[in-house]
Amino acid sequence: MIDFIQQTPFLAALGALLLLGLPFGALLGFAAIRFKTEGDPIADQIESLLPQTQCGQCSFPGCRPYAEAIANGEAINKCPPGGEDTIQALADLLDVEVLPLDAEHGEEAIKTVAYIREDECIGCTKCIQACPVDAILGAAKQMHTVIKSECTGCDLCVEPCPVDCIDMLELPTTLQNWSWNLPDANIIASDRQAAPEVGA
Amino acid sequence: MSQLTRRVWDIHGGIHPAENKTQSSGQAIVAAAMPQQLVFPLSQHIGAPAKAIVAVGEHVLKGQMIAAAHGFVSAPVHASSSGRVLAIEQRLVPHPSGISAPAIVIETDGLDQWTELQPVTDYQSLEPAALLDVIRQAGIAGMGGAGFPAAVKLATGEQYSIDTLIINGTECEPYITADDRLMRERAEQIIGGCNILRHLVQPSGDTLIGIEDNKPEAIAALRAAALDSAIEVVAFPTKYPSGGEKQLIQILTGREVPSGGLPAQVGVVCQNIGTAAAIYQAVYEGRPLISRITTITGAACREPRNLEVLLGTPVNGLLQQCGFEADRCSRLVMGGPMMGFTLADGTVPVVKTTNCILAASADEMPDPDPAQACIRCGLCEQACPASLLPQQLYWFSRGKEYDKLEAHNIADCIECGACAYVCPSTIPLVQYYRASKAGIKQHREDAINAEHAKARFEARQVRIEQQEAEKVAKREARKAAAEARAAGGDGKADAVQAAIERAKSKKAAPDAAQLAIEKALSKRASEPEANTDEDSLRKTLASTEARLDKARTKLQQAEAEGADHIDALRLGVEKTEQKLLAAKKALDQFADTTVQPTAPSAGNAAADAIARALAKRESSATLSEGEKRAKAVSALQVRIEKARNKLALAQRDGLETATILAETLVKLEAKLEQANIALQETS
Repeated sequence: MIDFIQQTPFLAALGALLLLGLPFGALLGFAAIRFKTEGDPIADQIESLLPQTQCGQCSFPGCRPYAEAIANGEAINKCPPGGEDTIQALADLLDVEVLPLDAEHGEEAIKTVAYIREDECIGCTKCIQACPVDAILGAAKQMHTVIKSECTGCDLCVEPCPVDCIDMLELPTTLQNWSWNLPDANIIASDRQAAPEVGA
Repeated sequence: MSQLTRRVWDIHGGIHPAENKTQSSGQAIVAAAMPQQLVFPLSQHIGAPAKAIVAVGEHVLKGQMIAAAHGFVSAPVHASSSGRVLAIEQRLVPHPSGISAPAIVIETDGLDQWTELQPVTDYQSLEPAALLDVIRQAGIAGMGGAGFPAAVKLATGEQYSIDTLIINGTECEPYITADDRLMRERAEQIIGGCNILRHLVQPSGDTLIGIEDNKPEAIAALRAAALDSAIEVVAFPTKYPSGGEKQLIQILTGREVPSGGLPAQVGVVCQNIGTAAAIYQAVYEGRPLISRITTITGAACREPRNLEVLLGTPVNGLLQQCGFEADRCSRLVMGGPMMGFTLADGTVPVVKTTNCILAASADEMPDPDPAQACIRCGLCEQACPASLLPQQLYWFSRGKEYDKLEAHNIADCIECGACAYVCPSTIPLVQYYRASKAGIKQHREDAINAEHAKARFEARQVRIEQQEAEKVAKREARKAAAEARAAGGDGKADAVQAAIERAKSKKAAPDAAQLAIEKALSKRASEPEANTDEDSLRKTLASTEARLDKARTKLQQAEAEGADHIDALRLGVEKTEQKLLAAKKALDQFADTTVQPTAPSAGNAAADAIARALAKRESSATLSEGEKRAKAVSALQVRIEKARNKLALAQRDGLETATILAETLVKLEAKLEQANIALQETS
């Protein structure tokens, strides 16, 4: 044995490495099975940043599928309801470049809620079937109405309505939800004046 | 004099802006003129808006509740004069947003007729809860500026042990002298209110009234009024913003209220001077909160002074009473110059928190210079009374880095404006912090809403999947049922199974008897179903014929060899012949009537055969050699008897089988001889 090691140190080293490799490989293999992570943690984190509007404007059927697609390399700028803030948060999470919102999928808009003009509703239940968060109440041939607090403003109910009785309304500003805006970024005094017209 | 020896602490930061208090502090409080219309916003305090309990057109009396508290953190609203409810509608309210909110509008009738008041005669005999309810029903909300419902704040003390009650008479903001005048003129009421608060809170230690040392008359008046009581009036150096609740607690006790915590957590309850006076009126006179002292001041007012204003009075009328010069006024501010907000116009009413109306000239409050770049001088940090890092907060606010803002405790910012005051670049820092606070709140709400929407979306997905699965299951069940009907029973399958069984048993059969048993069993299994139609009948017939042939050849073989199971074989042949006949008959019957024939006899015969074969096997297995031979002898005798009978019959009928039978008889007799010899040998 010792002779073999002395005479063929290269082969002996190779053998020793092999011997070491076997138990460690087995250990790693065992750990991979024993401590397997369920689900996709990256997709979970991405999903927690998405606005959960479930509007499908990103061309994926809901926020979870889009989160999974982003985890697999999809662009991060396809979520209009989330807007710049969501893109920024996704870029921070994934350590990628911040992209401007892809206009193909819509523009960042003020949050709205659906409102059914109840006089015109014919009770067809099509909007109820379209609503991804069960925010519309009603039954066949009964007037429908939107539960305002549950509506995510995805406007998926607008298109299926055969009588066009659904409006997307902005939430009114009240004392309870009003907030200060960030100041305008005036850097120098001349910023306050309008730029002089050319040739004036 | 203990007040001279009492130690006061200093707070971090703070500024010393021009006080501008003397303009209004010299004049005594006078009552404001009664306006024609009173406007009562339903949300005059922190918390949920009150709910209107009067109808349009209803006549109300002074002091009558017109809107009830709605929710725990809420306060009712009372009419401040008698009159008729003109409308309940959106009105411009005193708020930095300048938006409209629901308000009750009352047209005064000039009679100023009181509703019936119910003073508490002996508050010390009342339970604290009942006394708290009196305060709650009086609609008292913090009069210092924040407007937190007083009863709610006092109720928090119940969960903690309170050792110090602090009454805030600081009034640190420039221009405002409402509390100063109140302390000078109504010191008795304030001390009375303090005693009620003491009874409510039951502090184990001191009761302190904290006043900045720029109000010597007020200090003197209160000290005189508090001489015989346990209340101590403490004066401390003037500095803005000493009047902040947490700052005052630190100045008077040296304790710091933890970040995000309540004063009660350090054993302190703090109330404003104005609140104490209002509580006094509510308890001793039964008067709800319908008026307050408001300072009307500023360079655009010729006669700045303090007025006792009925809540709901529009600002315009008050300004007129103080010699307002509209052309000199560049900005109308509600509250002080540091923390107040600009009013859109003068139609907004005075509410519970309005301590000052500042009609400022352009010299007094020039438009702020445009913000310049932060030069990182660090003055803001030195000015911040909450020991925050305003510059860091500014950068994070610009970058909307909400998590970092929270990590830097932006929630502890009291928006006092000290940082913006000292900023050499005139950056509107407080506006950044306010916007960021709102952004953080919005962000949190969005996260909650997103979580909620996700839960609902997932619940819907699960429901849809379940419905789909139920549909599929129903469809499958229907399909299976239809297939079962189409097959009309499983006879064929069983017949095939029987055939397989037969084949197996044939292979495995150890002897002829076993074979017979198996065959009979399989036949029996297949019989009831097999003869249900013509085909199966024909099959039965064919198989019976085949079996008969086999049995006959076997019998011949056995006869040739002289095997001892010859009689069984013969019996089998006979039985098979019978069966064949029965089968033929059945087939004929079926052909005639096409009525489903049954051949129970066949089944029975098979069963008999099985039984017999089994019995025979058993007996042959259990009997000894001698017994077997004796039995064989007797069996041979029986057979000889039978053969003789048959031979006789055959000879009588002249059958050609007679010769064979005769031969057989001879053979049998020879066998009997042999058997008898064998029997004698064994016995």
